Amino acid sequence: MTPLVALRGIDKSFAGIHALSGVSFDVRPGEVHAMVGENGAGKSTLMRVMGGELRPDAGSVEVGGEAVRLTGPTDAIRRGISIIHQEMALAPDLSVAENIFLGELPARIGWGRLNTQAKELIARLGFDISPRATVSDLSVAHQQVVEIAKALSRRARVIVFDEPTAVLSMGDAKRLLEIIRGLRREGVGIVYISHRLDEIYAIADRISVLKDGRNVDTVTPDAVPVDQLIRMMVGRPLSQLFGEKPHTTVGEELLRVENLALPNGVAGVSFSLRRGEVVGLGGLVGSGRTEVARAIFGADPISSGTITLRGENYRPRSPKQAVRHGIALVPEDRKGQGVVLDLAIRKNATMANTGPVTRLGFFSGGKERSVVRGLIDDLRIKLGDMGDPVSSLSGGNQQKVVLAKWFHAGGDVVILDEPTRGVDVGAKTEIYSLIHRMAAEGKAVLVISSEHAELFGLCDRVLVMGEGRLRGELLPPDYSEENLLMLSMTSGAEERARA
Amino acid sequence: MTDNAAGYGQSVTREAAPRRFQFGKLFRQFGTFAIFLILLGLASLQSDAFLTERNIMNILRQHAGTGIMAVGMLYVILTRGIDLSVGSISALGAVVTAVLVQDYPLPVALLMVVGIGAACGAVSGFLVAFLRLPAFVVTLAMMTAARGMALILSNGQPIMLGEPGAALSVFGTAFPLGVPAPALLMFGVFALAFIVLNFSRFGRLVKAIGSNEEAVRLSGISVGWYVMAVYVISGALAAIAGIVVTSRSGVGSASVGDGAELDVIAAVVIGGASLMGGRGGVLNTFLGVLILGIIGNIMNLAGVPGYHQQVYLGVIIVVAVVLQHASHILRRR
Repeated sequence: MTPLVALRGIDKSFAGIHALSGVSFDVRPGEVHAMVGENGAGKSTLMRVMGGELRPDAGSVEVGGEAVRLTGPTDAIRRGISIIHQEMALAPDLSVAENIFLGELPARIGWGRLNTQAKELIARLGFDISPRATVSDLSVAHQQVVEIAKALSRRARVIVFDEPTAVLSMGDAKRLLEIIRGLRREGVGIVYISHRLDEIYAIADRISVLKDGRNVDTVTPDAVPVDQLIRMMVGRPLSQLFGEKPHTTVGEELLRVENLALPNGVAGVSFSLRRGEVVGLGGLVGSGRTEVARAIFGADPISSGTITLRGENYRPRSPKQAVRHGIALVPEDRKGQGVVLDLAIRKNATMANTGPVTRLGFFSGGKERSVVRGLIDDLRIKLGDMGDPVSSLSGGNQQKVVLAKWFHAGGDVVILDEPTRGVDVGAKTEIYSLIHRMAAEGKAVLVISSEHAELFGLCDRVLVMGEGRLRGELLPPDYSEENLLMLSMTSGAEERARA
Repeated sequence: MTDNAAGYGQSVTREAAPRRFQFGKLFRQFGTFAIFLILLGLASLQSDAFLTERNIMNILRQHAGTGIMAVGMLYVILTRGIDLSVGSISALGAVVTAVLVQDYPLPVALLMVVGIGAACGAVSGFLVAFLRLPAFVVTLAMMTAARGMALILSNGQPIMLGEPGAALSVFGTAFPLGVPAPALLMFGVFALAFIVLNFSRFGRLVKAIGSNEEAVRLSGISVGWYVMAVYVISGALAAIAGIVVTSRSGVGSASVGDGAELDVIAAVVIGGASLMGGRGGVLNTFLGVLILGIIGNIMNLAGVPGYHQQVYLGVIIVVAVVLQHASHILRRR
């Protein structure tokens, strides 16, 4: 059977880093082809190529057996490829019908006909949603139905679902799988990306595994059991990046979090950090790791739970308070939250603690320069001039500026969220040794990372989150990516069985 | 499968583009100064009357108010905000000055006027910084309200400073060191603003907030107070501008500074500040004010009718901004 869409030998690099190397993937009519892989394996990049958002550096895209060159998302849609994105792309203030037919509204709109057509499309999916309803008033599940109806209205022959159930309740997720089965019966080709392996086993006809931007294999669910699939996703040797972990003595408890709950659904998170410890916080993106970090840092509100800092009750209301209490956060989005790109390196480095370099609110230029010079030498930041904007630095050196900022601020509870994302290998190793050094200096360090190898290489123990809950803790003897994924991805019952 | 089978895209460029002559960057730094020099040259060629001491001093005196307000506006714009209320607050300041000098000693009256301007700014600033309302809307409302208060207080009539305000009138017309006193005050305000923006913690954070508010907040800084403060400063300076206008004319009128906010924003923008925040400087803003003043002056000397002047001014603002953004515009090609 000719595939509806086939990607062959796709290469794609960003700034010299290979996101995809020779990846092939196809979808046949009337099948659900699932794609799995760790964060950063290249799934989203591949889908963006299929959806015409990215142009591949090499390789070919075939639609209906014919090589094409997709010029953009509109072109892909016209050729029958629709992507249901994780963040939905609906206009929240328009009606259901308007959203469904957005982009192909006739010049003279016959509302009656449009509404009827919208209703029919939605009915085809087994739902009853008023076409006149405003989209922002709908539940997330119903919004997703509108998205799918929109794809159908464009006569999509291939629909890509990117983590569709991540935002849905259990019941809604089941109904979505029903919709997908219905589409399959109609001969639509489905690409299904998900981290939830139980869903994939329930619905997929074929499963493709992607790792580090390469095809691992394409299998059928009945031929490969779950644990083998997970091994295919992760099986990579621990690299020797991490250096020798210095022997540090673990001291008194600095931070204790009990039953932390946040407005966004994170709940029941309890753990503690002691001096001299490097603790990992693992789990998939979206499992609530970053949210926990931001809450402890006072950047987001806390709904309930208690935090004890150096034996005293602590309830941060702002990052300012957190910094005063000696907590530091290296945020995951370096450019958006870690540095002020247009501002000089020197000014970024002293921002969190201007006291020592100012008098009566005015900077003493000489003192500031000598302090920053010290930090630059200490952290081996490679730069032209400390007066240059941070944007002139490489990713790794930008991150070192963020670390310098917190070294200078001098907190003893340090939270690092994806500290080596977008950082080259050399700088990675240096950042790891800085993390070890913090611990050796008696700080308590919490490292959030999606790179499991990094967690195991760096940390004394690893806390694992999944779907807003702390699912468990791994100690070095149990360090394996399979264990970590098993804890993070499987639902509560299995987890209790394992524990 | 391994790397790169040959295909239509070839591999992406990995090396950074070679350092070309960065016209855009250069222009951002010295562009305003270049425009200023060109205008100065054109103006002196155009009319012999231009480069006379009398004419120059006149330009400075006339634009002292705009200049003082431009400093506040620059601070606001650096935080990615806008303050449309400065013209109206200057009117309120003018009227209140004329009212208060009748009953209070001059220094007390002036302090109260500045306090009222600051209070107006504090209201806008609070709404923008802590309730996160759009600055455009908030200061638009303040613009209407402050003008209304000025009209109420003055009953729609200009109020004479008269005998009690004689000292103020002296200030408005004095030429110490051969320079009009209002212009000296403007120089002082610019000098202070320069020092604060470039050497103080406050100035640095104002710029940083405009370029990346979230990063500043996550460095443990209470961003809200800084944002509120720039509106307070802008309000206070607008009130001072009102005092200056009153001192020059001898009357406090509710029609002072009608539309001044647009001149002030134009001056700041001609000075190269970015409405997206984080980018702009005090010296360039000063040049922006002078450029605005010179343009008006040349056209007056050349006898261009007032209505035509407005059209030319519009064109010149666009040209200035196009030059500021030359780098972006060129790169998009």
